[in-house]
Amino acid sequence: MAEVSAATPVPEIRTVGVDGMLVSFGSRLSEPANRAALAFRAALAQESWDGVEEVSTSLVSAYVRFDLRHLDHAALRARLGTLLAQRDWYAAELPGQRRLWRIPAVFGTELAPQLPQAAEAAGMTEAEAVASLSASRVRVQTIGFAPGQPYLGELPEAWDIPRQSQLTSRIPEGALAVAIRQLVLFSVAAPTGWMHAGQTAVRLFRPDAEEPFLLRPGDEVQFTPVTPEELQGLRRDPLGGAKAEDLS
Amino acid sequence: MTGTLTVLRTGPGVTVQDGGRPGWLEYGVSRGGAADRLALAEGAALLGQGADLAAVEMPGMGGEFQADSDLRIALTGAPMRASIDSAAVAWNASHLLPAGARLMIGAARSGSYGYLHVGGGIQTPEHLGARSAHLAAGIGAPLKEGDVLDTGPDSGGITGLGLAPENRFEGGTVRVVASLQTSLFPQAELMRFEQTAFRRGARGNRMGVPMESDGEGFRPNGARTVVSEVIVPGDIQVTGDGTPYVLLAESQTTGGYPRIGTVLPCDLPVLAQAAVGAELRFRFIAMEEAVALERAEAERREGLRSQCYPLIRDPRSMSNLLSFQLISGVIAGEEDVL
Repeated sequence: MAEVSAATPVPEIRTVGVDGMLVSFGSRLSEPANRAALAFRAALAQESWDGVEEVSTSLVSAYVRFDLRHLDHAALRARLGTLLAQRDWYAAELPGQRRLWRIPAVFGTELAPQLPQAAEAAGMTEAEAVASLSASRVRVQTIGFAPGQPYLGELPEAWDIPRQSQLTSRIPEGALAVAIRQLVLFSVAAPTGWMHAGQTAVRLFRPDAEEPFLLRPGDEVQFTPVTPEELQGLRRDPLGGAKAEDLS
Repeated sequence: MTGTLTVLRTGPGVTVQDGGRPGWLEYGVSRGGAADRLALAEGAALLGQGADLAAVEMPGMGGEFQADSDLRIALTGAPMRASIDSAAVAWNASHLLPAGARLMIGAARSGSYGYLHVGGGIQTPEHLGARSAHLAAGIGAPLKEGDVLDTGPDSGGITGLGLAPENRFEGGTVRVVASLQTSLFPQAELMRFEQTAFRRGARGNRMGVPMESDGEGFRPNGARTVVSEVIVPGDIQVTGDGTPYVLLAESQTTGGYPRIGTVLPCDLPVLAQAAVGAELRFRFIAMEEAVALERAEAERREGLRSQCYPLIRDPRSMSNLLSFQLISGVIAGEEDVL
């Protein structure tokens, strides 16, 4: 995590569409690049420049959308460059107000039928795979694709397994799927190339709730194995038995 | 004054839409909102009200509606056959929908999305700061028979105005700027992309539309997968089989397919409105030109209200001719016209 040395890529500023800019801290996912993106996004929000309409992060980048009537490309690029030069973003701390979530999950069974396949790809028995996945404390690296849906990482190296070339036509809301040393916890039913190894009862996005989104980037998550019967009992709880603990 | 609009009958996929909900990308919610934002601006201009008010978006087919009190309405976007109590009314125009009268809106004659605007806007509940249904995110639902929609306080004003729409219902050429991954495509592929006559595929929806062509798929150099990055409406992602797919208002917020370019927001209505099979072409332009076009279009939309004109009545299309006071030859300003 701390190897911020010769291998560290140089941040790159590029345009996104006509009214957006992206500051990328790497061309592939790494812990320092992810932390840099989160910290830079927080700094952008703090700066709240006139004409900036929205900031967000993806895995290794911070995105800025701006109003073309109040800001131009040259001025925004210059400001981003100045902010980038202010510090070593790769050495940034994680965001404040982080929480550790413990979320009950059924591994395998007919609820999560691809556990055997995922375990085999990782070179483990099913029992070893469950032990490894449930022992891993993974971090919300970004939220995206669908509402409230986290990309969680980084898993031990054995889980550097490819996504399937054949898509699974539909996995349900609350599905926990694994590939490329990451877990995705699905907020909506969707087709996917990730392997469906676990199933939770958690609802990540509740449009009518006071706090519609359960997870924030920087939060940590650990999945606690439960039986299908126990999970059934948790389905009445919108949080699906998930419990949070303050890390800050 | 406020009132209600009752849905007596509706086509599939009819939803309430406004300018969408910016600011939630961070949480995986794309902005959404009307597929054709220009149509929202046109409706607002016709009714002399803010473009942020919600309207009814009708993909391909309208429905039948009834108001509980006199209601100003405007019809914009894909032209559809419309009538009030069986008397045909003009599209791209504002009208008075009298209390209890039946507004019928039929199939689109061209284009994809028609819009029904009401004085004061549709006032369904807000979620995350907007009324737009975002079906992919599980926010809101398609309208169905029997739904009663609240309408907001109407500032009032005249009806019987028309507005010449920018023609965007038959496909055409849309302008594109380079995107994050344009440089992953060889120059020859980019040229072929510009030279190809595409057809809007059948599987399109509010999330995006596939672009079909007779030639081979488009291939980037080297790696097929790129790190997942932010998506903006207009991004043209090239999926595994080489088919370009233009992402629209309700797309996912991030994507790992390479993007060959991004359609200018001011040209997105052409893409959203292209009916299945309509011919579309893409042309790359420089960023400076794109910025100038966007600024000019923003200004033009703000000035749409001054482009509205009183509808001229064509007696041949007036089925209820006898009900009008013809002696003076003057029509009261508040009266609806055909």
